[in-house]
Amino acid sequence: MKKLEGKAWKFGADIDTDAIIPARYLNTSDPAELAKHCMEDADPAFPAKVQPGDIIVADKNFGCGSSREHAPIAIKAAGVSCVVAATFARIFYRNAFNIGLLIFESPEAAAGIAEGDRVAVDVESGVITNLTKGEEYRATAVPPFMQQIIAAGGLINYVAERVKK
Amino acid sequence: MPMTITEKILADHAGKDMVKPGELINVRVDLALGNDITAPVAIREFERIGVATVWDRDRVALVPDHFVPNKDIKSAEQAKMLKEFARKHQLTNYFEVGRMGIEHCLLPEQGLVGPGDLVIGADSHTCTYGGLGAFSTGVGSTDLAAAMALGETWLKVPESIKFIYKGDLKPWVSGKDLILHTIGDIGVDGALYQAMEFTGPVIEALDMDGRLTMCNMAVEAGAKNGIIAPDEITRRYVEGRAKREYVFYNSDSDAAYAAVYEYDVSQIEPQIAFPHLPSNTRPVSQSTGVSLDQVVIGSCTNGRMEDLRVAAGLLKGRKVSDQVRLIVIPGTQEIYLQAMREGLIEIFINAGGAFSTPTCGPCLGGHMGILAPGEKCLATTNRNFVGRMGHPESEVYLASPAVAAASAVLGRIAHPEEVA
Repeated sequence: MKKLEGKAWKFGADIDTDAIIPARYLNTSDPAELAKHCMEDADPAFPAKVQPGDIIVADKNFGCGSSREHAPIAIKAAGVSCVVAATFARIFYRNAFNIGLLIFESPEAAAGIAEGDRVAVDVESGVITNLTKGEEYRATAVPPFMQQIIAAGGLINYVAERVKK
Repeated sequence: MPMTITEKILADHAGKDMVKPGELINVRVDLALGNDITAPVAIREFERIGVATVWDRDRVALVPDHFVPNKDIKSAEQAKMLKEFARKHQLTNYFEVGRMGIEHCLLPEQGLVGPGDLVIGADSHTCTYGGLGAFSTGVGSTDLAAAMALGETWLKVPESIKFIYKGDLKPWVSGKDLILHTIGDIGVDGALYQAMEFTGPVIEALDMDGRLTMCNMAVEAGAKNGIIAPDEITRRYVEGRAKREYVFYNSDSDAAYAAVYEYDVSQIEPQIAFPHLPSNTRPVSQSTGVSLDQVVIGSCTNGRMEDLRVAAGLLKGRKVSDQVRLIVIPGTQEIYLQAMREGLIEIFINAGGAFSTPTCGPCLGGHMGILAPGEKCLATTNRNFVGRMGHPESEVYLASPAVAAASAVLGRIAHPEEVA
């Protein structure tokens, strides 16, 4: 069973896609380039301090604003293993599944986890464990259809399979 | 079972008699749209699917509009991908600089989207076409790639929220003010995953440009789509434009809504959204202390003919404040030409403003009006997030074209009646 573990980086409510990846960097879609500016307008130091496996934890409406898929691409390419938020904006939610960035909706986790806490996430069960505080939270269940997209390795693989048949 | 207009359009495109909120459905897409930021990613993903070409070369629209005319070499490379893809797949709806427009101004004007359509676009403001009585929603590049290959997409049927607008509009209050007031009331996630259905006598009397403006900003409340029932105003707009057959859908009178909001518009003043959220609204009378460095009139929200007419009406015979740069950007080439015929461009230039070729440019901090640290801009655009129009320490205030024109003259946020 796949388990993610990392340090939590905490963000507030309504983190928009311009904060995740400002449009001034959208003249490229190269993941490595985008990763260099991930979360820059919310926390300019973030690209330098984030470590592979770390987890972004945010309040409600994470990823609001533009439809730019560059936002989940930048987060994934920065090495972030998953995003836990109280709620997600709808286009960001779709985009994350489509490109294979793991996201978990959990208001309890968003409220309980503090910056710097060690957090483990059981991908299949959606159980989020705060190793620092010894607390456990549950993520909202993912609809079966979206689980199929994840299992296929993203929407394009899912569609490619369908086209072959 | 009674259904809303949104549910009816989704049911028909899913080949079903009825759908319910929360249901996941596979729907036929009437048009799929991408721009110079989102389409390059979609094209790369499309090429991994393993189909020879797009599902219908007349129903994939590529509109380079964000960083064009190309602002730098990397942007030029992105726009080139669209041009080459359009040639290779013989797309009929590719719009080059000189023939283009801001996508959400262009597609309705060219009759490429119409009432009853189901449209997805890799741009969050795709929800604009709800103003025509269409279901339209923004998606990411990968969703666009899949739709380009299959002509279908999957959607979750949204719950609908009904907004009823009653009473007499005060002078200078526009569709922009109504939507800003509404977002200020319900918040930037007040309609998360839901459909915003705008109704009532005020909406029935609102012109098409105002309706498109209102639906355009539904996404700023987190909504999946905004929609207005089509009527005679819609019919007059689409007649002579529509390139395909269209269907007028209407909500059943006993359809179910997750919530109903009612507004007495006679109490609503022109609205200003303060930094850094579109929901951070205040009446203009409480905002006049803010001095400005730049004013932008344009964008997919307010770059249409009526917007330019209102702004020019206030700027005629007046001068832009010495403190302020005024940048006016028409939504399409056709709007540009019409503005020229009506003498509006001369008014903007005589007032001391700049008049540009169509582009999204400054709205997303792309080019054509980037802000330095500490600078303040009032714009008729749709977002005022941190760093949206330039430096993270700059500020964006959102308002209507009338407020923008008056503010450009006085060099501070101003009520249109102060200069009219």
